[in-house]
Amino acid sequence: MSEKKTNRRDFLFTATYAVGAVGVGATVWPMIDQMNPDASVKALASTEVDVSSLTPGKTITVLWRGKPVFIRRRTQEEIAEARSVKMEELKHPEKDEDRAKDPEWLVMLGVCTHLGCVPLNDKGDYDGWFCPCHGSHYDTSGRIRKGPAPLNMEVPKYEFVNSNTIKIG
Amino acid sequence: MSDHEYTPKSKFGKWFNDRLPLLSLASHLTDYPTPKNLNYWWTFGGILTFCLITQIVTGLTLAMHYIAHADMAFESVEHIMRDVNYGWLIRYIHANGASMFFLAVYIHIFRSLFYGSYKSPREIIWIIGIIIYLLMMAAAFMGYVLPWGQMSFWGATVITNLFSAIPLVGEGIVTWLWGGYSVDNPTLTRFFTLHYLIPFLILGLVVLHIWALHVPGNNNPVGIDVKKPSKDTVPFHPYIVIKDGFALLMFMIVFAFFVFYTPNILGHADNYIEANPLVTPAHIVPEWYLLPFYAILRSVPDKLLGVVAMLSAILILAALPWLDTSKIRSAVFRPLYKQFYWILVADVLILGYVGAMPAEGLYLLIARVATAYYFLHFLLILPLLGFKEKTLPVPLSITDPVLGGSPNLATAKNKESSVK
Amino acid sequence: MKNFIKLFSIAILICSTTVQANSAETAKFLKTDWSFKGLFGKFDRGSLQRGYQVYTEVCSSCHSMKYLSYRNLAEKGGPEFSEAEVKAIASSFEVMDGPNADGEMFTRPAKLSDKFVMPYENVKAAEAANGGAYPPDMSVLVKARGGGVDYIYSLLQGYEDPPSGEILDEGVHYNKFMYGNKIKMAAPLSDGLVEYGDGTEASVEQMSKDVTTFLMWAAEPHLESRHQMGFKAIIYLIILTTLVYFSMKRIWSRVESEV
Repeated sequence: MSEKKTNRRDFLFTATYAVGAVGVGATVWPMIDQMNPDASVKALASTEVDVSSLTPGKTITVLWRGKPVFIRRRTQEEIAEARSVKMEELKHPEKDEDRAKDPEWLVMLGVCTHLGCVPLNDKGDYDGWFCPCHGSHYDTSGRIRKGPAPLNMEVPKYEFVNSNTIKIG
Repeated sequence: MSDHEYTPKSKFGKWFNDRLPLLSLASHLTDYPTPKNLNYWWTFGGILTFCLITQIVTGLTLAMHYIAHADMAFESVEHIMRDVNYGWLIRYIHANGASMFFLAVYIHIFRSLFYGSYKSPREIIWIIGIIIYLLMMAAAFMGYVLPWGQMSFWGATVITNLFSAIPLVGEGIVTWLWGGYSVDNPTLTRFFTLHYLIPFLILGLVVLHIWALHVPGNNNPVGIDVKKPSKDTVPFHPYIVIKDGFALLMFMIVFAFFVFYTPNILGHADNYIEANPLVTPAHIVPEWYLLPFYAILRSVPDKLLGVVAMLSAILILAALPWLDTSKIRSAVFRPLYKQFYWILVADVLILGYVGAMPAEGLYLLIARVATAYYFLHFLLILPLLGFKEKTLPVPLSITDPVLGGSPNLATAKNKESSVK
Repeated sequence: MKNFIKLFSIAILICSTTVQANSAETAKFLKTDWSFKGLFGKFDRGSLQRGYQVYTEVCSSCHSMKYLSYRNLAEKGGPEFSEAEVKAIASSFEVMDGPNADGEMFTRPAKLSDKFVMPYENVKAAEAANGGAYPPDMSVLVKARGGGVDYIYSLLQGYEDPPSGEILDEGVHYNKFMYGNKIKMAAPLSDGLVEYGDGTEASVEQMSKDVTTFLMWAAEPHLESRHQMGFKAIIYLIILTTLVYFSMKRIWSRVESEV
């Protein structure tokens, strides 16, 4: 008899706690989610860039999601140089074909993968970029060749919406 | 504070507790003997704690997105309402939470007035409560300025201008408050800072308020002293925890109804118009919870005396333990006081109503009568009642009347003759 | 308990009279069914889209809606135009951007992320172009007027000749529902003024209802989520309250006293 009573009492209390916990979770979630990017930030997730005036060998830097993005229109020499590098030589092995679908265009985040500085264009020992903060050298595909950076400069999602315009993100 | 020695069960618990007795504190709070005849009017202390925490949490999350600058404040609030994930929910909880906070505090105060909870030895609890109430009003007033709507701006202008009533230094004080020659950006930024600060001051005072309470223990509907622990008390956990929890959930249903279905009904439409220093709204009204004091302020034709009357109306409460001369605590046994109590309740509601009306004609007359009566209640009626009133006999213990189902004298009398 | 009910009803009385006191002290408003009112209120998508059309073609030449972004028109809970439709709508407006590489400001077609383009540069320009009266921004207009949607709906249909003997100044019009009865905006709507895309007859009453519905959404884009969440929250609270109530009874049964 008391066994049955205990079970019923326990069930009531357990059910109450369980239902209560659901409520606590449902209340806490909005407090956490409000710190996530809001609708106006997410609306700026993509940027369109007009690259019609970019001649081969030139690089422009644009702002995307608050960060610099290098868009370089590469010369044939630069493309050949990038494609000829052996994977064993690379700290972060990546084929140039995978980084630049259209070999003429290199689009990547201009953020050094070491500690976040912005590397300098047309500098360094590998004809690419050089980061002055701690001496990382990147090649014509934006890959790390020398220095403390662990990874190649990140290639974001991008596409040509027409022959003159790249949409990043 | 610890009537009993608490020994933590785990070794780590004992080590920690020897250095910072948090576990002893938790044990004290859990076992804290509470009169077992408390009715639902006693649940509002717990409800108020919930309100304070709600306001702090929603306020903190709002402050992550709000911009305290005159040019951007209104827009930042719209940004919160439209773009921030659940921003509309957090904002409506915060705005309606303020109203719920005051609803609860008024019920809490009027509970104390009815049952004599302000009387010796609980005077300090009462006075700390008055200070908490004053801080609540300051925080609410400044919070209302932050959206920078028409009511925000003009309410700030009217209330800060009150200080100019002070002779000699008044104008200087107002300029100092404003940080300029009118309510403007400097005023807004400092109001934001103070609005952020005050809830934490309130939190500290609430700790003192509860600490002071735990010395004599809770009052109860019968108003007699209770030995703790005894057969007249129950441990706070689980008895009072579950009862406070139930009352809190009922409160939350009302709260939810406002937030989700009528979130703007307690506010003022004019506050959705951006602040304009060149155009004053036709009727400037504060939020509902400040209306009685607004009515008192406007009922006195003189500027300075109006301010004095308004402040006195609040400060007079602090003197209540000494103004009320009755030896009997609870209105249950004070039939005459009970009548005057309900008249006071009606008086305050009437003051609230006329506070929302234009200060002219019949409304002004009623406001004046109600104001006069308010002071009459505290300064004349209460002191006299203590001497003149014929009180009912108070039971010797609470268990007997409670067995019959209510702290009712007739029942107590019957039970006394049939005590087990 | 009796006293509690007494107090509660007095409190409700005060709230309702205060609310009424703040609304326009003129004629009683015209009534209609608003689909978004009530516990389960939702917006009528067709009405929202027609209302947007009225706003764009009639009102937006003078009234800004600066807190709305073009992307809002495609978001859930609103007119729910397709993204392609909204891109087309946005690109039909020009926004100021810049400075460009030469340091100059330039105009470009609006994107989804841009806010609604304003008809005037600033408040003063708006006043100057409208006889000294500022056409209010409409982002939260419905919440900024005591009578809410009923007031705006009525006002749009409330233009009539002034009562005999009353002479109005130049540029001032008589409106039955406007606070003070005088308004500087001429009657903005007339039958057939707009040709609705869905073929609905564009009477003044229809346009008033549609544009007011649109304004309600503009002021409260999350109204539908709010109602839905509210329903779930209150049901949840009722369930939990019931569980806690029985837990309370169970616990207190250990003590002879009554709760």
